[in-house]
Amino acid sequence: MDFILALVLQIIYGIANLALIGLGLAIIFGMMRVINLAHGEFLMLGGYTVVVSTNLSANIWIAMLVLAPVVVGIVGVIVERLLIRFLYGRTVDTLLATWGLSLLLVGLVTAIFGPQTATTISAPIGAIEIGAYASSGYELFLILLTLAVFGAVYAVLRYTKLGLLARGTMQRADIAATLGVSTSRIYMITFGLGSAVAGLAGGVLAPITGVVPTIGATYIAKAFITVISGGTAILAGTAAAASLLGAMNGIVTFLTGPTVGEVALLGAAIILLRLMPSGITGRFFRRSL
Amino acid sequence: MITSRRTVLKGASIASLTLAAPGIMRKAWAAEPIKMAALLDQSGGLELLGTPMLEATKFAVKEINDGGGLLGRQINLTTYDPQTTIKFYTQFATQAAAGEHVDVVQGGITSASREAIRPVLNRFQTLYFYNTFYEGGVCDFNNFCTGSTPAQTVEKLVPYVMKKWGRKVYVVAADYNYGQITSDWVKKFVNDNGGETVEVEFFPLDVTNFGPTIKKIQAAKPDFVMSALVGAAHIAFYRQYAAVGLTKTIPIASTVFTVGGEHKLVAAEESEGMIVCFAYFEEIDTPANKKFVADLRANSSTKINYVSEVTARSYEGVHLWAEGVRKAGTTDRAEVIKALRSPVSFAGPSGTVTIEPKTNHLVQNIYLAEVRNQKLNIIESFPAQPPTDTLLVCDLNANPNQSKFYFENGLKAAGIK
Repeated sequence: MDFILALVLQIIYGIANLALIGLGLAIIFGMMRVINLAHGEFLMLGGYTVVVSTNLSANIWIAMLVLAPVVVGIVGVIVERLLIRFLYGRTVDTLLATWGLSLLLVGLVTAIFGPQTATTISAPIGAIEIGAYASSGYELFLILLTLAVFGAVYAVLRYTKLGLLARGTMQRADIAATLGVSTSRIYMITFGLGSAVAGLAGGVLAPITGVVPTIGATYIAKAFITVISGGTAILAGTAAAASLLGAMNGIVTFLTGPTVGEVALLGAAIILLRLMPSGITGRFFRRSL
Repeated sequence: MITSRRTVLKGASIASLTLAAPGIMRKAWAAEPIKMAALLDQSGGLELLGTPMLEATKFAVKEINDGGGLLGRQINLTTYDPQTTIKFYTQFATQAAAGEHVDVVQGGITSASREAIRPVLNRFQTLYFYNTFYEGGVCDFNNFCTGSTPAQTVEKLVPYVMKKWGRKVYVVAADYNYGQITSDWVKKFVNDNGGETVEVEFFPLDVTNFGPTIKKIQAAKPDFVMSALVGAAHIAFYRQYAAVGLTKTIPIASTVFTVGGEHKLVAAEESEGMIVCFAYFEEIDTPANKKFVADLRANSSTKINYVSEVTARSYEGVHLWAEGVRKAGTTDRAEVIKALRSPVSFAGPSGTVTIEPKTNHLVQNIYLAEVRNQKLNIIESFPAQPPTDTLLVCDLNANPNQSKFYFENGLKAAGIK
């Protein structure tokens, strides 16, 4: 019984993990139709922010929850101003440009910190016992954090003026502009917000993954699959796709092994996109955020 | 066209110059530098290993050149960055061998990269040194493999940790030929020592969530975990394993950990007590090694967090080749190979290494070490260990005309159970 409980918790964590690494990308892709291939590197920058600031003896919680999103959010705004804003509506061009950006960021970080970066941080929450099984308390924290981030993004989009303007701009930028909305500024803020969420995800994952310049490549594929399978609705889509794919991956990994588990995740995504080409929210929860 | 006496003379003199050219060029050739190429990834994922390996290669070349060169000639090192991409390995190996006509190629990191360039360098008859520890089984007259192989490391590691921790083993490994074949060796040695392998799990190189496996390990209750996980993403395993507090109850031994300085990429308590086995550790307490580590760091253009086997072996690989050239008195490939297999030795930072002529691998010292506060504490050393795994399948003395990789499809293919 306690084993089942520990396993269920593990699968929920797998889902939260996918949702967390996908959300920043979903905001940028879902709202602005910009394919950000540098998303993995934004996560990496979040991780580096945490490693560097804790090496300079900053508090780990402040580093993860405040510094990482702020730093990467600022990077996102700079990238949007210098690169992305010239490319709206040109999907393939943004894809190429952000791919170049991802190579540049990997190169820059390698040039500054070298291919190896020493770290002293470990998970700040210890293990919790579920009967005979130890589970990671930190993973429990990440599950709660993912829920909180989804809640916060929902609140911003649904209940604030900024959220209203952002949704309006994404639906019909020309009408919004006619009504006096500075669409350029809205795009900038949205891109910054998406980047900040990516930075936060990279920051909180830093204590339980490796932090090296090329780590972004391991996140990008899964983040994309989650977001594309989710469809246009940012929150509902990401959450639904993460639940489906994460559960599939977790259960199959447990029953067989990680290789088949990965195959199951990809297989599920392919079948899903064959049946629902515009993602889960193209058919269900259509009117949700 | 009017043919004057002058143009005829001009033509004749040019023709005679052209005819004489090979002779003139050969004379100039004697002072020409010896050409070496290094193919080591400086980007794309494997730079964690490739960067310090290249620094060590450069340092060895600098040492030889500063000491007057080889046979009175300087060594000219050309470096290529294959960017962790196999097609660049093939391309650059062809360029180095067929275009630049280099005398020797040093490099290749993964087995896949070695298998990509080995046939190319055979075709263009260019001597090849592969300096990474690997799963064993290469039997190639033209290719010297200087890294340690499982019979040298896993064979020592498994009995030691079984005696220390118990006989039930859970194996986690990277899902490509290194991980697959190494876990075969682990299973064999566990079995030979009267133990039991409860489970072997393989992980694609980009897996970062190890939660389900960690739960399975807890359910299986092994005495210890043997890891052959590779690369940046897999570092997450050790961190998540420590986060649930398992390092204290089910310890880990690894065939890969620390080679990329991983014990400095995780927090001290996450790697505490892990046991590893290699042909070299930075902590080897000899004057030769202390000098090597200090000089390498002083000459390196980038910071080297940890000097591991692959780094020291890249340095020793260049010196072994240089010994071969000195002994042969020429850079002619056939003569150098003959000299190397005669065999030559080099007393370097890891102790004395000697070429084993049946396999073109090394007889080398092996060290067992335990991670203590991000340092490797050497527990035991085994002097002059032969590559017994590759010796089971390979005899270049009896049949020099071979360029085969015996363990390509696992141990069974080579008749090893």
